[in-house]
Amino acid sequence: MLVNLPGPWNPWLGRLALSEIPYTNPILAPLFVVVVVLVLLMVAGITYYGKWGYLWKEWLTTVDHKKLGIMYIILGLVMLFRGFIDGLMMRTQQAMAVGPHASGMMGAVHGYLTPFHFGQIYSAHGMIMILLAATPLLVGIMNIVIPLQIGARDMAYPYLNALGLWITAAAVVLVMASLFVGDFAHNGWFGYAPIFELAYSPGVGVDYWIWTFQLVALGTTLGSINFIATIVKMRAPGMKWLRLPMFTWASLSANIIALTSFPCLQVAIGLVAADRYLGTHFFTAGFGGNLMLYTNLFWLWGHPEVYFVILPAFGMISEIIPTFSEKPLFGYVTMVLATFAIAGVSWLVWLHHFFTMGMGPYVSTEFSVATMLVGIPTGVKVFNWAFTMYRGRLTYTAAMYWALGALFLLLVGGLTGMMLSIPAINYMVHNSVFVVAHFHMMLLCIVYAIFGSVIYWFPKVFGYTLNEAWGKTMFWLFSAGTALVFIPMFMEGFMGMTRRLDWPFDPHWAPYLDIQMLGILAYVLSILAFVVMLYVSIRDRAQHRAAADAWGTSRSLEWLTASPVPFYNFAVVPQVNARDEAAWRREHGLSAQRASHYDAIHMPNNTGNAIIIGGLTFVLGFALTWRIWWLSLISLLAIIAMMISHSAKGDPGHVIPAEEMERMDREAERAMPRADLPRHSGGVLGGAIAYDSGAAGAGSRNLRGAPDHRP
Amino acid sequence: MNSAAEKVDPEKVVLWAGGHEGHDVISTRTFGFWLYILSDGMLFATLFAAYGVLSYTHSYYTGPTPAQFVAPWYTFIQTMALFLSVLAYGFSMTALKHGNRAGVINGLLAASVLGVVFLGLDIHDVLRLFGVHITPRTSGGLSAFYVLTQVHAAHIFFGLIWMLVMIYQVMRKEFTEEVIGRLISLRMFWQFQAVMWVFIYVFVYLWGYMS
Ligand code: HEM
Ligand SMILES: [Cu+2]
Repeated sequence: MLVNLPGPWNPWLGRLALSEIPYTNPILAPLFVVVVVLVLLMVAGITYYGKWGYLWKEWLTTVDHKKLGIMYIILGLVMLFRGFIDGLMMRTQQAMAVGPHASGMMGAVHGYLTPFHFGQIYSAHGMIMILLAATPLLVGIMNIVIPLQIGARDMAYPYLNALGLWITAAAVVLVMASLFVGDFAHNGWFGYAPIFELAYSPGVGVDYWIWTFQLVALGTTLGSINFIATIVKMRAPGMKWLRLPMFTWASLSANIIALTSFPCLQVAIGLVAADRYLGTHFFTAGFGGNLMLYTNLFWLWGHPEVYFVILPAFGMISEIIPTFSEKPLFGYVTMVLATFAIAGVSWLVWLHHFFTMGMGPYVSTEFSVATMLVGIPTGVKVFNWAFTMYRGRLTYTAAMYWALGALFLLLVGGLTGMMLSIPAINYMVHNSVFVVAHFHMMLLCIVYAIFGSVIYWFPKVFGYTLNEAWGKTMFWLFSAGTALVFIPMFMEGFMGMTRRLDWPFDPHWAPYLDIQMLGILAYVLSILAFVVMLYVSIRDRAQHRAAADAWGTSRSLEWLTASPVPFYNFAVVPQVNARDEAAWRREHGLSAQRASHYDAIHMPNNTGNAIIIGGLTFVLGFALTWRIWWLSLISLLAIIAMMISHSAKGDPGHVIPAEEMERMDREAERAMPRADLPRHSGGVLGGAIAYDSGAAGAGSRNLRGAPDHRP
Repeated sequence: MNSAAEKVDPEKVVLWAGGHEGHDVISTRTFGFWLYILSDGMLFATLFAAYGVLSYTHSYYTGPTPAQFVAPWYTFIQTMALFLSVLAYGFSMTALKHGNRAGVINGLLAASVLGVVFLGLDIHDVLRLFGVHITPRTSGGLSAFYVLTQVHAAHIFFGLIWMLVMIYQVMRKEFTEEVIGRLISLRMFWQFQAVMWVFIYVFVYLWGYMS
């Protein structure tokens, strides 16, 4: 229907047929069994412990920004793992298949993956890592931290927030479904015209890719509206613009990018869908289509998107470094300006992704120069962080390790980016693994910042700190992995190895690919260290109970309220008096001051609508992928009906009386350890490098002021 | 920034904002909706860009170009219908200021009838073109023509559904903050679609007719 489909189609099941389930595939079939068993075990466990009611009431229907944030982060970590497995498979394949004489197994001529399967893996890997791992992780952390940093009770639109999460979850389920029903796109994560046209990719892979993209784009756009409105409208009294914590600033700029750029993605991918579903000719090779239009539209979103993901990471680094340097952030105003400068310039550089399109020297020069301009504000940021640490009293906690690691990666990634921005160099290395190594430095910088902030904000959310030693072990293993995988990859790039090779034909690459396998091993160990860290921390949580200010040297508003944060965030909304309110109160001996008067507060009610709509969007995506028209129509109508009914019902919310607030606040207070002593001991190098020997007398130093007024 | 030397009197400093609750619901909602409109504007901007790129002679692949089939006078009637619809919506909002429920409903009804006229004319036009085999599959240029105009039509369609929902809510509910907020958001949406239509009318229909 609609277009001439190659292959069978019937009105009830669309293109779906039993033969679409890859039960003969020696990798996917066992994996499917494992997944089914895991899901059954989970269901059985929840039923056995009678937790369905708890799960539904406390998590699945929640509109609490912290719980939604936690679920975003869990989703992101799961997808980070899935993406890592993809990476592991690609590395193994290349290490096995290198050279003309490499043997093959399991149906492959070289290595163990057929080109068709390999193509799906790298496409899924890229899309998953950027959109379904990094993005949810960042959105999750923003969700938790932003309302706390600005002194709000929740996001501006709690219901919309839940909707964003469940639509993102629908995208995750859709991309996972492509493993077991049908197959995924093989056109790379960003797609090439006209390879993704129906004539050249007749299967459902590209359709999975399209609808997954559309769902994430929708979820992220909704989220960005919410974040911007929250930051603009929900700030506590006294939280003037220039008192906003840096992470909130960074998130604001990132979400402005998301709000304005994701529509471009939706159009780009939507037009691909029009070509495939309606038979239009936007990107076809004949009939007046334009192949480069697609690439332009995609990167018009694609480059701003990379800044959408890195700016919040910059914000995280800007929170962690001052806390563990015991100094305010150096050059706050320039930091804000640099953030927005980066966001602005990110709109003017998209063409550097395809200099080889050959748009002529003038256009290339413009985009080359614009790309290099990004280096200026980025440099400002790096120097600001460096000056924040300069003469600070540094403590090398695990969170600080990750933040500093992120700085190194930013340096390597930024400098290689500068090389790539020169068209003459770019023509040499475009589409080589040098580019792959470049953007992995950047994206790993984000991952480092994320791990740092998970450790940093964990005590705020859960009320106890994570195990430092295991956090550091994980850091070193992970960094070993990063070095062992990506340094050889840069070198291979110079040796002319192109990206996405299911069969690296040149035997000279073999040693480099083998070293990368060692790196993969280190990564695997680091994942184990992560699991151990979680286990040990949960086991020993009683000894590591965190105070309101979990690190003793924190600076921004979120550290004023109890740890773990109660559902109402602040029993009484704070009046903000300074840029780093928590530090300001500590320096003036006001930390212990409590509110004397409580008011009743108004909180939104839970709702099951969001998760149901999320589920329906998955059905819609799945039905469209398989061209089951009746199901698509029904699910679309159901979504509209749900929205209308939600709007009719409205949400009266509920009121918590003042006495209840006072009681809960006292209780949260009592549950915390009394003094706000720094928990960290100084780390391996901490004592030696810290600015003065006072570091040893940990107990008293947090009462002293910031070191910037010392000689 | 602040230095510890500056003395703060713990008795006098205000640390807690008592009674600070209720952020203004209507202004928060309309601001959020305005942000949505911004993203919708980017959506149209991208579609216009695609239309621009696909409006070279070769984009029509020797097939018909807009100059041969658009009818600016016919579309002018559409323009008038949409503008009058916005005007009617405006009357409804004036009635809202006076708390005049009947006025609000009549204004919304008139706006939606005019919206239906717009949409009907659009569908009729598309069917006319399909009748002479001018379809989105004819060429890349025509794909862009159809997608741009019909994405706009789809916005109008959803706006109409929303309008019906609001008529129902105004009839059934009080003028609560939520209802008023929605009426204001819908007004933004409707006006924005009219503005987008001006661009479409100028660049697609008038310009297309003349080129
Ligand atoms: C100083 C800043 C940066 C510069 C100058 C820069 C420059 C470049 C250039 C010129 C390319 C195109 C290479 C080619 O394909 O030939 C590129 C690719 C890429 N960059 Fe960057 N970049 C910078 C920062 C970033 C950041 C912050 C990120 C992500 C967080 C990032 C992610 C990527 C990605 C994902 C690609 C390739 C996408 C693909 O082909 O699949 N870059 N960069
Ligand atoms: Cu770029």
